[in-house]
Amino acid sequence: MHLSMPKPEQEILRNRTRLIERLREIVPVDNVIDEETQLRAYECDGLTMYRQLPLVVVLPENVEQVSKVMALANEMNVKIVPRGAGTSLSGGSLPLGDGILLGMSKFNRILEIDYANRCVQVQPGVTNLAITKAVEHEGFYYAPDPSSQIACSIGGNVGENSGGVHCLKYGLTTNNLLGLEIVLMDGSVLRLGGKYLDSDLYDVMGLMTGSEGLLGVITEVTVRILQKPEAARALLLGFPSVESGADCVAAIIAAGIIPGGLEMMDNLALVAAEDFQSCGYPRDAEALIVCELDGTMSEVDHLMTIVSQIAKDQGANSTKASQSEQERVQFWAGRKNAFPAVGAIGPDYMCMDGTIPRNQLGFVLGAIKKLTKKYGLRCANVFHAGDGNMHPLILYDANKEGDIEKAEAFGAEILKLSVAVGGVLTGEHGVGVEKRDLMHTMFSETDLKQQQRVKCAFDPKHRLNPGKVFPTLHRCAELGKVHVHKGKLPFPDLPRF
Amino acid sequence: MKTLAPETEKDVTQIVVTALSQGTPIDIIGAGSAAALGRPACAEISLSTLGLNGVTLYEPSELVLTAGAGTPLSTITALLDEQDQQLAFEPIDHGQLFGGSPGTGTIGGLVAVNASGPRRIKAGAARDHLLGFRAINGRGEVFQSGGRVMKNVTGYDMCKLMAGSYGTFGILSEITLKVLPKAETEVTLLIVGLDDDQAVDVMTTVSGLSHEVSGFAHLPAVGSDFVSPAPAELADRSLTALRLEGPEISVKTRKSELVDYLAEPGRQIEQIHSLASRSLWAKLRDATLFRHGSSDQIWRISSVPTKGAQLVKDLMAKQVPVTCHYYDWAGGLIWLAVTPANDAHAPAIRDVTDIHTGHATLIRASDDVRASIPVFHPQPVALAALTKRLRTSFDPQLIFNRGRVREDL
Ligand SMILES: Cc1cc2nc3c(=O)[nH]c(=O)nc-3n(C[C@H](O)[C@H](O)[C@H](O)COP(=O)(O)OP(=O)(O)OC[C@H]3O[C@@H](n4cnc5c(N)ncnc54)[C@H](O)[C@@H]3O)c2cc1C
Repeated sequence: MHLSMPKPEQEILRNRTRLIERLREIVPVDNVIDEETQLRAYECDGLTMYRQLPLVVVLPENVEQVSKVMALANEMNVKIVPRGAGTSLSGGSLPLGDGILLGMSKFNRILEIDYANRCVQVQPGVTNLAITKAVEHEGFYYAPDPSSQIACSIGGNVGENSGGVHCLKYGLTTNNLLGLEIVLMDGSVLRLGGKYLDSDLYDVMGLMTGSEGLLGVITEVTVRILQKPEAARALLLGFPSVESGADCVAAIIAAGIIPGGLEMMDNLALVAAEDFQSCGYPRDAEALIVCELDGTMSEVDHLMTIVSQIAKDQGANSTKASQSEQERVQFWAGRKNAFPAVGAIGPDYMCMDGTIPRNQLGFVLGAIKKLTKKYGLRCANVFHAGDGNMHPLILYDANKEGDIEKAEAFGAEILKLSVAVGGVLTGEHGVGVEKRDLMHTMFSETDLKQQQRVKCAFDPKHRLNPGKVFPTLHRCAELGKVHVHKGKLPFPDLPRF
Repeated sequence: MKTLAPETEKDVTQIVVTALSQGTPIDIIGAGSAAALGRPACAEISLSTLGLNGVTLYEPSELVLTAGAGTPLSTITALLDEQDQQLAFEPIDHGQLFGGSPGTGTIGGLVAVNASGPRRIKAGAARDHLLGFRAINGRGEVFQSGGRVMKNVTGYDMCKLMAGSYGTFGILSEITLKVLPKAETEVTLLIVGLDDDQAVDVMTTVSGLSHEVSGFAHLPAVGSDFVSPAPAELADRSLTALRLEGPEISVKTRKSELVDYLAEPGRQIEQIHSLASRSLWAKLRDATLFRHGSSDQIWRISSVPTKGAQLVKDLMAKQVPVTCHYYDWAGGLIWLAVTPANDAHAPAIRDVTDIHTGHATLIRASDDVRASIPVFHPQPVALAALTKRLRTSFDPQLIFNRGRVREDL
């Protein structure tokens, strides 16, 4: 593991005792955690290969406390790492040794459910699933459904702009948000949006979404909820090769159909899922598509026929349609548990998250297969095929000398390949520390500097979650300089206006 | 005023660098169809993006299209039509609202103003369909963000910032958009004769059903002006319009279910199909009702859907001389025409909007009026300060569209 993080600032470490005292003046004494045994619980997020004890953990209970903690950190020049449920797969909430870990777990209340305006106002620590649970008795649900939805917080979802299996049709977190309350590094509290659409001027809410805790701390979220479709059914389509599965995905979209969910798994993943929890997957298929169609009963039946025919034309060798709601849920259970299922055969796994143009699926999967030989590691593939978002799960053994390094190198090759075929490094898990050093494969130095200038507008001293997302930190003063001066033009032969 | 029309990114860069070195602000224009949005332009130099023209990538099965920012929307629409695809956010065509001709806007321009129509409530705004872009910032540097794939969280989501930035973050040179299949068919139900309260009630209730209505508008009294050909019996009656789109078989079911749901003794429900339906929603989208040479000032208010009717009542109670209004987005969007005044009745309109929460944008008024009162809803101090810092993070010398969105920006 060769992850380099910003060097701990001695000044901060020296002031630890004083910092803890002052934090205890802001939040209840027990909400400041400074003992090593208790700090251990926070040493990593879902990307477990990287661990670091935080300087101190603070668990604020309301926005005033968050604001005061931020202002104090600003005053004492201490770093802050916001943390929701800590399920990030990219190390977004990995602690810093010289940073406060700001845990949002006490922000766990649903503030208002407004069915008439189809929205729910919640605190950021509420879990994704809890929102749906709170409204489902009225037939509503919150659409983005990451597989981690039992555990992950809505604040973390905003932090990562998380997706789920229903995002193809219903959008990611960013497409389902109406409002946020955020606290900036200087302690100021801003409200963005509300129960209405679009921003008055710049879309700061859109920018906050997916900002990985680098711009501000989210203290309230207003999401849109949707009425459940009248009917939803799922199809399990087995294919003799990954390529034919990929072709089928393209053919469904090309036919003008946007399914509620369109997922694919390769043989290693589907067998692991079936072993983990039996859900009727065809063990002999090289690729399995789970396709959900929703709408009116008539529409669903109609689309099921069309999609089954497309699958047949693309060479599917097994087709199974869910006959009940129970069976539909069962079809999804395997997919939703795919990560832990693969984890069970691991013993460890590293999850990649590149998105590629759909028509490159076959090619990239072929290349991954070759890489498994090169590195001598297995790789199970699970993906949101409808939107080209791949999740190769690289299996390794953390206790085996050199395995982590091999897995990291394997992962990096996959991501570089994703970018090379017109895709991106991460579709929904975020950059964090994991893909930080690969940012240059997608962005030029100019692109990255522009992004960092945006960061400077929020956090000029780089106190919020530094060491994440950007491979190199430039000081804001340096970034702010304008390098074009009178008489020193980069293009001397320019026409004058 | 001098207009430059560069044809390459490099030329744009050179112009920006020159402008920077001379301290000359530049106004950015596409086709100029939305040039009257925002505060009036004031720079001596304007840069037209029309030279940055052409679709460079269109893959229907990948649902993606890339084009130069100056490409006319009409070119793009024609191309998408061939494949039965569309821009699902229903871009507003501002042409007629400002007395110009329809169909002239550029793709860059409509992204820059985040212009989204009735389907916004279901399918999202322009900001939700912008996958990637290239642009030149106020330092004369070309930068890009996003990509051409549907899901991407690599780095900050700068697409959201560029959409609706009115050119104050940079000159967009290339745009990549998500495109979607067109609906096989559409039908619009027209409920006749509801008052504003009843209509907002119906619309918000229906928006909570599973019928996937893709447009909810209410036209008080003036409804029949929008429907052509308008049946005589609709004259001077209000109309509440609910649009259903999708596969024939689905629309049929949803329509009959919805008609049953809405049926009440004495309630008249009409139906319009294909062309008539499309034309109604296009007029609602473009606010063409306000076109005919009237000097009325026009506002667009985004607020809480259930508060729509009350908001308008409160405006009237505050003596705001509303000459015409209608609702879109199930009551969440109010288009408002008022008798002209030097302050466009901004204080009252904004006070009332603040009470119900939301924002009121002055869309049409004379240059003098738009120069003297805030066109965009005034922001609380901390947000206004952040807005300014964001602006200067892209354009430190305020070289682009100076003063277009706010006096100090
Ligand atoms: C088994 C498993 C399956 C998963 N499946 C999916 C999936 O299907 N789709 C998907 O998109 N992701 C998935 N994830 C990844 C992860 O669950 C998501 O990224 C999730 O949104 C993280 O939420 P969290 O509350 O755990 O946030 P954390 O991990 O605590 O934090 C995530 C990021 O957001 C920031 N953050 C958290 N809270 C706040 C706040 N209040 N204010 C400001 N910043 C904040 C953090 O600093 C960090 O950068 C999966 C993870 C696991 C372990």
